[in-house]
Amino acid sequence: MTRLADRTVIGLTLALVALFAAMPFIPNWMMFVFLQSFARGAVALGLLVLWRSGLISFGHALFFATGAYAAVFVQRMVVDDALAMVAGGLVASGLLAFVLGFLLRRYRGIFFALLNMAFSMVLWGLLAKTEALGSTDGLGITPPAFFGMKFTGDEGKVAIYVLAVILTWLFSVAVHLYMRSTLGALSNAVRENEIRLEYLGYSAERVVHIKYVVSALLAGFGGVIMGMTVGVVDPESMAFWTVSGEFVFITILSGTGNVAATYVGAFVFEIIRSVAFQYYPKLWQLIMGGTLLLIIMFLPNGLWSLLRGRGRGHATEAK
Amino acid sequence: MSNVLSVRGLAKSFGGVVAAANLNVDIAEGETIGVIGANGAGKTTFINMVTGYLPPSSGAIEFLGRSIVGLAPRDVTRLGLCRSFQVAQVFPTETVFDNLLTAYGVAEESGLSLLRPIHTAERAARVDAHLARYQIASYRDTVASALPQGVRKLLDIAMATVRRPKLLMLDEPTSGISIEEKFGLMDIIMAALREERTTVLFIEHDMEIVERYVSRVLAFYQGEIICDAPAAVALEDPKVKAYVIGRQHRGRSHAKGGGHAEG
Repeated sequence: MTRLADRTVIGLTLALVALFAAMPFIPNWMMFVFLQSFARGAVALGLLVLWRSGLISFGHALFFATGAYAAVFVQRMVVDDALAMVAGGLVASGLLAFVLGFLLRRYRGIFFALLNMAFSMVLWGLLAKTEALGSTDGLGITPPAFFGMKFTGDEGKVAIYVLAVILTWLFSVAVHLYMRSTLGALSNAVRENEIRLEYLGYSAERVVHIKYVVSALLAGFGGVIMGMTVGVVDPESMAFWTVSGEFVFITILSGTGNVAATYVGAFVFEIIRSVAFQYYPKLWQLIMGGTLLLIIMFLPNGLWSLLRGRGRGHATEAK
Repeated sequence: MSNVLSVRGLAKSFGGVVAAANLNVDIAEGETIGVIGANGAGKTTFINMVTGYLPPSSGAIEFLGRSIVGLAPRDVTRLGLCRSFQVAQVFPTETVFDNLLTAYGVAEESGLSLLRPIHTAERAARVDAHLARYQIASYRDTVASALPQGVRKLLDIAMATVRRPKLLMLDEPTSGISIEEKFGLMDIIMAALREERTTVLFIEHDMEIVERYVSRVLAFYQGEIICDAPAAVALEDPKVKAYVIGRQHRGRSHAKGGGHAEG
């Protein structure tokens, strides 16, 4: 158990290799689906980090949008470089969460969830009303340069794919190792008995604050990848509360069993939505709602429980 | 012997209700102190104030020579003043082992080292030794919510002792335990604490247990300490007899060799 390379790390690394090996055979539209899955999966991974402590956020579009807009800012004002844009997104969303965290660490349950939504809607309002930020039309992102090299068209997509796969692997392994650490073990302690935790000698609020920043960093990263993938960032598809709702949807769909679950969940989400939208353009929301209902009724621990055997509860979360 | 804890003029009132008035207590290293008193006499309020859970209205608290008034429970805990609870405070969905593993992780890591894996072979061995000391090793893999009451109390106390406290406060370690099991439970606790030479203060309603285990008694009545004396003296004190023990003092005939606590 103490080795750094446990089954999850090995699994994630195999997935990394497979995603690279499959690259020449992935059709263009599928690469687009993959990239969106990485972006939304990253946010869902952040929500999983919070959920392990019994916290849910209905407002992580706040950090998704912050990351995306920060990437635009970096590209236009600082330097046109993909890694710098990612760094910009991480710094902006992380700083914002660090500041807001001093307030949010004091709240739990529905108050935590809705305060996040309130802040995200404030950002949505600001972005939609601010002419300099493109208001409701948003801002464009051109295909970013990689260490001074510019790729366009399909090559540009492939370059973003390579970046997304590597960083997704890196962040997922990091989150998994965090979960296995002492700090990660305090997730459940916060959910179950804050008084006991305080009397063991650690601050429950600090645990929440750290988690909040971690989840925001992941959401910010997701926002940067989404912005690069779609080529435009706008308030409606980045900061509106329904976007936050989709992240919660993916988290429920995935389950909290394993860090890899969130990407499976995000991928399934994209597929269901694409298919539903294509064949039933007027009914697709109904289909999404029905899917959520079925998951909650029959797979309360998410898709991951299909791999792990049904009916095993949260107590079996990977350590 | 030096004082571990020194309390001067400690008071707490909730509006017009005086929960504690002018408490003065010195606790020396190595003592075993029993706190007695009727419900509402201020015993738990005393522990809550000393461990940082309740801010006192006035007064001074010195622990190992430094003032701890205004410190949060986690800071008081880190200094080595730990407590258990009347209602056992554990992590209900975790196994007994994981409960204690978490306690060890928090006690042994700080800052960036909190990011090291919590489960190491060495730490697991320490956890198992700790479980054995409290005689709950047979419940190692049981989730805490499924434990018998006595075992849950032992787990709570085991978690409170992970830091090898300089002073341990137990809030009614035998509450909710049947009379037959009380002595067995206390034997386990006191043997484990003696092994670590822990200074301990515990709240107890059963005078037989007080007589058997403590060196000194603090008797609380309406927020004040009405008697602070060696157990033999205190239990014969007329005020203590009138206000604390009353007619509840049980005979010595029953339960003396009481059954062992589960586990």
